[in-house]
Amino acid sequence: MTTIHNTQVHSDNRAAFARRNLWSGILFGLGFVAFLDETLFHQLLHWHKFYDKSTVAVGLISDGLFHAFSWFATVGGLFLVGDLRRRNALWHKMWWGGKLLGAGAFQLYDGTIQHKIMRIHQIRYNVDILPYDLVWNISAAIMILFGIGLVISARRDERGRKGTFSNA
Amino acid sequence: MHDVHFLLTDLLFGVPAMIAVGLYIVAVVITNRRGRLRKWPWLRTVSFVAGVLFASIALVGPLSRQSYTDFTAHMVGHLLLGMLSPLLIALAAPMTLILRTLNVHLARKLSLLLQSSFIGFFTHPVTASVLNIGGLWVLYTTNLYSAMHSSLLLHIIIHIHVFLAGYLFTISLVYIDPVFHRFSYTYRTVVFILALAGHGILSKFIYAYPPAGVIEEQSRIGAMLMYYGGDAVDLLLIFILFKHWYQSVRPRKLVSTGI
Repeated sequence: MTTIHNTQVHSDNRAAFARRNLWSGILFGLGFVAFLDETLFHQLLHWHKFYDKSTVAVGLISDGLFHAFSWFATVGGLFLVGDLRRRNALWHKMWWGGKLLGAGAFQLYDGTIQHKIMRIHQIRYNVDILPYDLVWNISAAIMILFGIGLVISARRDERGRKGTFSNA
Repeated sequence: MHDVHFLLTDLLFGVPAMIAVGLYIVAVVITNRRGRLRKWPWLRTVSFVAGVLFASIALVGPLSRQSYTDFTAHMVGHLLLGMLSPLLIALAAPMTLILRTLNVHLARKLSLLLQSSFIGFFTHPVTASVLNIGGLWVLYTTNLYSAMHSSLLLHIIIHIHVFLAGYLFTISLVYIDPVFHRFSYTYRTVVFILALAGHGILSKFIYAYPPAGVIEEQSRIGAMLMYYGGDAVDLLLIFILFKHWYQSVRPRKLVSTGI
């Protein structure tokens, strides 16, 4: 009897952990994009350079900080997922909203500030860079918009659910 | 460097390493015989022996000789001595083993020493990070790196420093042994991110500006090794740190009341 009662209590936990769902998604999204950037563009395609002579000093610092942070974000984001799951509080819509938001925000920062202003490296060398930059940054913006949309929609779902409860 | 110097460093680092492994194993055997204590996990013994072995690879034998002329070999040694070995030794919980081997009187004295503000200062995450990462900045961005190769004394001091600073850094961030001066997960995470960033930035700095006496090709491979090798070891550290957080915030089971 007690166990059944507990599960019922827990299944409502997602609203109480809404922010943890959102942040877990944001952190994992950021870390995931940084990881893809490293494996895909640095290691597999060899488009990105480890170091570009035109990098400004603050670019090295920004790159170092984000690189360090992305490891923590990936591992920490996943441990947060584990924590939400054991509390029966994992909220997929909210989490994916956060993930797209984090991923898009980091990609946009990388594509505009880090690539263009701090010049840590370009997406690819010896090509016309404009189409690459456009695809990079527009896809980042799309991810941000979808992320925000999902978060708003998740909130609306929750309000709807609460509404039914209060009417009942 | 002369062969006499190599013989000297081999003995100076090799003998203590063997003594350390010997003492650890003796302590495990002695305390395992005491019925009231639980058996010492064998994985910790493996971890300790492996940790000492990795440090020895950097300090004794062919790799340490090659490090004099080859920056890439030096960087492999640095990763083993300053990062992997300290982590493995920290995971072996040597202080816990010492405390359970000593008699109560001595163990109390040691425990008082560990609580002192002196130890607290050196195991503070910020102090340990500055000693560790700051020390590396000094080593690779000044003439210290080339001076290390002409002075035996500097060679010995720097290698001891790299290991000790790496060990302090590890135990200030992940708590395996008893820790009296504790810091929150958030605090340690923030310091850890800054330290890790300092390590990554230094790697790229070395790539762009090789230390005096290092040819560009070697400095580039060495710098990338430092960057990605550092990432690999740090991933382990981050995993352990967050695993401890995950265990510490586990939801307590509801006690069933009806029965």
